[in-house]
Amino acid sequence: MSPSPSAHGEVSPPDARLARVAIAGNPNTGKTTVFNRLTGARAKVGNYPGVTVDREIGGLTLPHGRKVEVVDVPGTYSLSARSREEQIAIQAICGLPPLEPPDVVLLVLDATQLVRNLYLALQVIETEMPVVLALNMSDALEATGQTLDREALERELGVPVVSVSGKTGAGFDVLAAALERVLEDPRRGRPGARWRPDDPVLEADLRAVAQKVPAAWHHGNESRARALAAWALLSIDERDELADAPPELRSTVLSRRKLAAAAGREIDGEIIRGRYGWIDARASAFVKQRKSGAPTITDRIDKVLLHPIIGFLLFLLAMGVIFQSLFTWASPAMDLIDGTFATLEASTLDAIGHGWFGDLIARGLVRGVGVVLVFLPQILLLFFFLGLMEDTGYMARVAFMMDRLMKSIGLHGRAFVPMLSGFACAVPAILATRTMERQRDRTLTMLVVPLMTCSARLPVYTLIIAALFATEQKVFGFLPVPGLMMVAMYVFSTVIALVAAAVLGRTLLRAERVPLILEMPPYRVPHWPSVLRMMWTKSKSFITEAGKVIVVCSILMWFFLRFPWSASDAAPFETERATIVATVSDETARAEALVEVDRKEEATRLERSIAARVGRTIEPVLAPLGFDWKLGIGVMGAFVAREVFVGTMGAVYGIGSDADEESTALRDRMRSEKRSDGSPAYTPLVGLSVMVFFALACQCMSTLAAVKRETHSWRWPTFLFVYMGVLAYVASFVVYQGGKLLGAT
Amino acid sequence: MRHSLDTVLPGTSVRLVRIGGERAFRCRLMELGLLPGTSVRMVRRVDLGGVLELEVRGARLSVRHGEARELVVEPL
Repeated sequence: MSPSPSAHGEVSPPDARLARVAIAGNPNTGKTTVFNRLTGARAKVGNYPGVTVDREIGGLTLPHGRKVEVVDVPGTYSLSARSREEQIAIQAICGLPPLEPPDVVLLVLDATQLVRNLYLALQVIETEMPVVLALNMSDALEATGQTLDREALERELGVPVVSVSGKTGAGFDVLAAALERVLEDPRRGRPGARWRPDDPVLEADLRAVAQKVPAAWHHGNESRARALAAWALLSIDERDELADAPPELRSTVLSRRKLAAAAGREIDGEIIRGRYGWIDARASAFVKQRKSGAPTITDRIDKVLLHPIIGFLLFLLAMGVIFQSLFTWASPAMDLIDGTFATLEASTLDAIGHGWFGDLIARGLVRGVGVVLVFLPQILLLFFFLGLMEDTGYMARVAFMMDRLMKSIGLHGRAFVPMLSGFACAVPAILATRTMERQRDRTLTMLVVPLMTCSARLPVYTLIIAALFATEQKVFGFLPVPGLMMVAMYVFSTVIALVAAAVLGRTLLRAERVPLILEMPPYRVPHWPSVLRMMWTKSKSFITEAGKVIVVCSILMWFFLRFPWSASDAAPFETERATIVATVSDETARAEALVEVDRKEEATRLERSIAARVGRTIEPVLAPLGFDWKLGIGVMGAFVAREVFVGTMGAVYGIGSDADEESTALRDRMRSEKRSDGSPAYTPLVGLSVMVFFALACQCMSTLAAVKRETHSWRWPTFLFVYMGVLAYVASFVVYQGGKLLGAT
Repeated sequence: MRHSLDTVLPGTSVRLVRIGGERAFRCRLMELGLLPGTSVRMVRRVDLGGVLELEVRGARLSVRHGEARELVVEPL
C-alpha cells in the first residue's frame, strides 16, 4: 500500500487505513512516556524492516472520536544518517520507501535542552511533513528559574506547540486536539522551511542535489526535495552504510562535496551553522531569565554520584544490590515456581497415567513451561532496577563511569549491567541489552554474556568438585579446595568473556569508532507506571516469544532422551513391579523396592534412547576430552538447562533424576565408575575438563531463544551456539590432553 | 593561546576554534551544537570513566578525553 501524490504534490494516505502519528524526538526527551500517555500503554511491538529496531504501534482516539495509529520512531538528534539504523529516523518521519509516510509528525522536545532539540525540529519542518510539537519537561525548566515562551515558539516555528508533562499527564488533551486539527488541515503544521540558505553557492549545491532526489521520496514537492537534498549532503559520503540511496543521488552528492572541498568550503558546516544561526537568533525569545552557572539539583547530585571516591563506592553498592537481588532475592520465587511445577508434573502423571502420553505432557510440556516461567523473577527484578536507573538518569552515569573500562574491550559503557547480570543468568542479561542503542553493541554483548559463570553452572561445578577433588585439603593450610576451584572458574569465564568481546569486536562485529557524544540527562523522580510497564512488556514478550521456542525445545529434548521405548521394553519392569506388589507386604519396603525399579527402568530407557545412541556414536569425538558416552548424555541433556546435568547423571546411574548436587550416592557412584578397561571413568582431570566444557559451551536452549527473540533471526543464536561449542571443545581438549601429557590424572 | 579541550579546567568557559577527526565525528558534534565559534563551559571531568561533561548552548553533553583532544579551543 503506497501513498499516492495528490495534485498539490502533497502526500495523502489512502482512505482505507487509519491516519498515522509518528512520535519522534531526541533521546531522553520522555518520548516513551508521551507515547504511553497517548496510547494508554497498549502497544504492539513490531520491527522496522531491514534492521532490528523495535517499532511500537499504539492506538489513540482523538477528541472528536477519530481513531489514529501512533508509531514510535527511534530517538535521534538529527535526521542525518550514516548507518541503516540511523536511516530509520528519516524513513519513518518522511515516509521514504519502504516505510509509509505518517500523516502528522509529533515531535517531543525536552524544554531543558531546548536549543539542541530545536535543531531536529527545524530539519523535520523542512521536510514538509505536518508537525505538532510537544514541549515536555517545561516544569523542570521552570524549576531552575527560567520561563519558556510557548507562544513565541509557536509564532517563530509556525507549527502548533503544546506544553505537556509526561509525569503528571497535564496538557495531553490539548495535544490530542492539536493533532486532530493538523490531521484535518495539514497546512497548519506545514509552514515551510524556517531556515533557507542565503549563500548562492550553497543554494546551487542544494538545487543540483534536489534534482536527483527520487520522485518516490519527494512526490513532486520541491521544498521537500530540497530538504532531502540537504539530508543527502549531510549523510552520504564514501563510507556511509546507507541503503536505498539511488546511485545518481549518491554520485551527485559526492561530486558536489568534492567541488566544495576544492573551493575550501565545508557543506556540512554551512548547513548546520545556518540552522543554528536561525535558532540562536531566537533562543533568548524562547527561554527567558536564563541563569547560567547556578548549580542545579542535578549538579549537586552529580557532585556526589560522580565523585571519584564516594561516587565509585555508591556505584559498587548499586551494582552489588542488583547482583544480590538476581542471585539471592530472586531465589525464593524461583524455588516456588520450581516446586510448583514439580508438583504439577507429578500430579499430571498421576492424572493422565505413566504412559508415553502422560510423560509427554508432564515431562515435556509442563516441565518446559516451568523452565520458561522460572526466569520471570530475575527478569522482573532486573528490569525493575534497569527501569529505575534509566528513569532517574543514573544509567547514563553508569555508562559514563564504565566507559573507559568497557571501551577497552570494545563494549559499550552500558554493557556493564548486562555483563554483571550474566553472573546470575544470561537470559535476563540478554534481554537487558536493549538499553544500548546500537545493534552492534547489543549483539556483541549478547555474544559474550553467556560466557559469564551463571548460577545454573554452579550445581554442575559443585557436584564435580565434591565428587572428584580432595575437598578436605587446604591450600597453604587454610584455603579450602572447593572454594578456590569455584573462584578459579569465575575468573576463567570472565577472562574468556572479555577476550571474546575484544576479539569479536575487532573482527566479526568490527564497527566504525563511535565517538561517545551523549548527554547526561537531569535527574528525575522515576515514573513508576513506565517502570512497571517495562517490567510487564519485557516479561510478556519473553514468555510469548522466547517461551514458545523453549517449550518446543523442551519437548524435543524429552523425546530425544526417552525414545525409542516400547511396551515390550517396559514389560520386564512391569513384571518386576507386579512381583514386588504380590510378594512384599511391608509398605515401606514395598515402596522402596518400587522406586528402585523405577530408577532401573529410567536408567535402561536412557541407555537405549536416541541421546545414548548419539552419545555412543560420537564417543570417539568425546574421548579426547576425557568424556565417555554416559557423560555425553549428561552434556546433551544439559541443553535444556545446565543444572539438568546433575539430574541426568543421576538417571544415567540409576540413582534417580531427582538427585541433586549434594547427593552422596551420585558422588560415590561417579567415583567408583569404571571404564571398560577398568580404569576410573572420572578422575580430577576429567572433572576439570567437564567444568571447562560447561564454562564455555552454550548448553542452554533458553539463552539461544532469548538471543533469537532479541535479534529477530536464527543467525546469531546459531553463531553463538557454534562458536561457544568450538571454544568449549578446544579448551577441554587442551586441558585433558595437556593434563595427560603433564602426567596428571 | 590555543589548546585542546581536554586540558580545560572545570568551571571554565572557552571558545571552540576547530574540530578535528573524521567527518562523522565532526558532523555529529556540530549537529549537537558544538560549532566552531561556540562558547563551551567545562562542567565536570569524570576521570573514572574518562569522560568530560560540557555545557553548550544551554544543553549538556559529554565527550571522551581522547575525543576532546580533537577539539581546539581558545580562552574567551
